[in-house]
Amino acid sequence: MPAIQSQAAEEVHPDVALVARAKQGDTAAFEQLVRQYERQIFRVAQHITQNREDAEDITQDAFFKAYEKLDQFQGNSKFSTWLVRIAVNESLMRLRKRKTSRTVSMDEDVQTEDGSIPRDFAEWRPNPEQLYGQSELGEILRKTIQGLPPGFRTVFTLRDVENLSTEETAEALGLSVPAVKSRLLRARLQLRERLSRYFRQTNGEAKP
Amino acid sequence: MTCTEFLSKLDDYFDCKVDADVLAEVRAHVKKCSHCEVVLDTTRKTISIYRENEVYEFPEELRERLHAAIMKKCSKVKV
Repeated sequence: MPAIQSQAAEEVHPDVALVARAKQGDTAAFEQLVRQYERQIFRVAQHITQNREDAEDITQDAFFKAYEKLDQFQGNSKFSTWLVRIAVNESLMRLRKRKTSRTVSMDEDVQTEDGSIPRDFAEWRPNPEQLYGQSELGEILRKTIQGLPPGFRTVFTLRDVENLSTEETAEALGLSVPAVKSRLLRARLQLRERLSRYFRQTNGEAKP
Repeated sequence: MTCTEFLSKLDDYFDCKVDADVLAEVRAHVKKCSHCEVVLDTTRKTISIYRENEVYEFPEELRERLHAAIMKKCSKVKV
């Protein structure tokens, strides 16, 4: 039975055992999962909501919901992807409540091509890290990603900051793979264009 | 390869998911198009700068407080 043999040989993710133990009521196992992913969930929530208090609430709510719904987790996807999906939904719900942005739905197709067509062709020299101090650089990165539509910055965060695969990102966001790819390209190009204002080669001129 | 075609291959290029012939076309295009060469380089830097810099701090004090709050909430639920 070669099929069964190859299945057994497949590497089992360590979370599978922790989730199974947590389902049996082992709190220590669930606590281990919390420890593993609390930083990631907080970061995802803060990237989407751009608000630290919201991110704190979302982190708590996401783990609490995951704990409550643990029985519903079938193991078809990674536990971390399932958890991220809960956190993304909570984050988008917060944004809708705050109504600070027009585009808060992942299903909403962002029609505009504005900002996704490269216009700035200056090189970034010297490297941004040489041009700015750590805190100044952090401020620029925060300000720049804040300006992206939530749908774009969510895809960028999951793919490029959290390093999820395209398929995992699609699963966590309830989007198709082509939709993730299209948003990711536009997010990357828009960020590049905006960052270029700070990082472009100025030939000795003052920084903006 | 045109500039538009180059842009459409950019994500797959970063993910190393382009076939050898497309890869050769991308390389040939950036060799002769200085604008796309810059776009390729600065988009790569955009990704790496966000990946390598912690944009939002997550201090230990906050981690401990959140962790305790999560576990306290969960302790009240019977799985």
